[in-house]
Amino acid sequence: MAIISFVDLLDKCNKENKAIFEVAQEEEALLAETEVDVIRLKVLENLTAMKEAVKNGLTSTEKSVSEWCGDDCVKLVERYKKRKALFGKTFEKITEYSIATAEENLRMGRIVACPTAGSCGIVPSVILAVAEEEKITESKRIDALLTAGMIGLIVSYKVRLAGAVAGCQAECGVAAAMAAAALTEMLGGSPKEVLEATALALKNILGLTCDPVCGLVEVPCIKRNAFLAVHAVTASELALSGVQSKIPVDEVVDTLKITGQLMSPLLKETSQGGLAKTKTGMELEKKLGITP
Amino acid sequence: MEQQSIFSVISPIMAGPSSSHTAGAVRLGLMARNIYKNTFSKVKFVLYNSFATTGFGHGTDKGLLAGLLGYGVDDPLIKNIFDTVKDVNYSYEYIQDISRYPNSVDIIIDDKMKISGDSVGAGEIRIIKIDDFSVNINGNYDTLIMIYKDKPGMISRVSNLIQNQKINIATLHCGRSSKGGVASMCIELDIPAGEEIVENIKVLKDVFFVTNVRKLK
Repeated sequence: MAIISFVDLLDKCNKENKAIFEVAQEEEALLAETEVDVIRLKVLENLTAMKEAVKNGLTSTEKSVSEWCGDDCVKLVERYKKRKALFGKTFEKITEYSIATAEENLRMGRIVACPTAGSCGIVPSVILAVAEEEKITESKRIDALLTAGMIGLIVSYKVRLAGAVAGCQAECGVAAAMAAAALTEMLGGSPKEVLEATALALKNILGLTCDPVCGLVEVPCIKRNAFLAVHAVTASELALSGVQSKIPVDEVVDTLKITGQLMSPLLKETSQGGLAKTKTGMELEKKLGITP
Repeated sequence: MEQQSIFSVISPIMAGPSSSHTAGAVRLGLMARNIYKNTFSKVKFVLYNSFATTGFGHGTDKGLLAGLLGYGVDDPLIKNIFDTVKDVNYSYEYIQDISRYPNSVDIIIDDKMKISGDSVGAGEIRIIKIDDFSVNINGNYDTLIMIYKDKPGMISRVSNLIQNQKINIATLHCGRSSKGGVASMCIELDIPAGEEIVENIKVLKDVFFVTNVRKLK
């Protein structure tokens, strides 16, 4: 039977003395009627594509159709050459990689939707930046992405991962929770700590709206990838220190869903409210001849 | 609740920027290609609602054409598809129609066949109509589609032919215009039906059309 709640997942991990990624790869192998190694290879394919997207995005300055976006990553790279980031090299890489990936996405470059294309920079930036700086093996990177996948999957049973359904909570918000879980796994956290990181990340994105200007995956989506990648690190560090969410993770997911339902449709990927309907946002609509 | 794959949240590996407006568009094109099967020289895409309004910025127009020409969702050439295509006459029309799904398209190939579909999120799609017949194909299974005269016994005859080949039916979707009118059947299979099954169905009395549609990768 499918594991559709976090309490069931933790229960299974505890009973069978397994990490979340082990449960995830076994379940996936059963579903796909194949071997665990085949699943891990497929995860590696995704990791490799993530790495390629970062590589391409780090140097490109090609603009998007709106001509508003596309050259932010290079600005960051230049800045860090002149002055190191306050929070160190890992922070530098997380911010660079997340924006690099999100910018590749708007250029119609090759990316991995994780969980969606608009939020594609968050999970890769955290996994790759930390793995490089902490010298984490390929096998453990696969474990991390499997963990992220399992977290996203369980949330998706309750909430469809689309801005139109629950705002950006369900896109960049869930991506941050997946990244927090992946990071906690990579740094040696227990299943319980992985789920605490998930809960902490999700609690702090509740109510996040989806109000893209002109309906494009550009403003505010690209920069939001960097903000929520860093958000994931905060959640993971807290969880690894033993901090616990007073509200259990399954209840946080329920709250995300209900908050999504309470949110006005104007703020759920319709571009009829929020930043999309600012004076400047509407000027761009007029210029591009787009009326979302 | 039906178990889903973790690759529904990690992947697809795709050309950006939107899983619904770009990857979904490519997959709709690919599905139309699998249904039409023949080479073509002319295609018209009618884009509805959100596909029509924000499709331009998301490369929906490029994705649909690229898919129909057989490019995969992650092909870097999608971006420059208009520079690549020489021998196909393609055109687009943009319509607002609230009776249609928010991300919806009609693909009219060679003025011969009209395939209608929706992009339902996260790159997932469904074909809802072929010409005027309702169907339900999501591209995740090999699907046998048939159009026939509504009459008793048709489902059992067809399922027998499938069973004889030891193929398991995953889902079965039927509809009809009216009692005794034109009916359609979409059968999702765990492994593809061979041409033999298609030929055997074709010769059944009152079958107007049958085809075998391969699933998307």
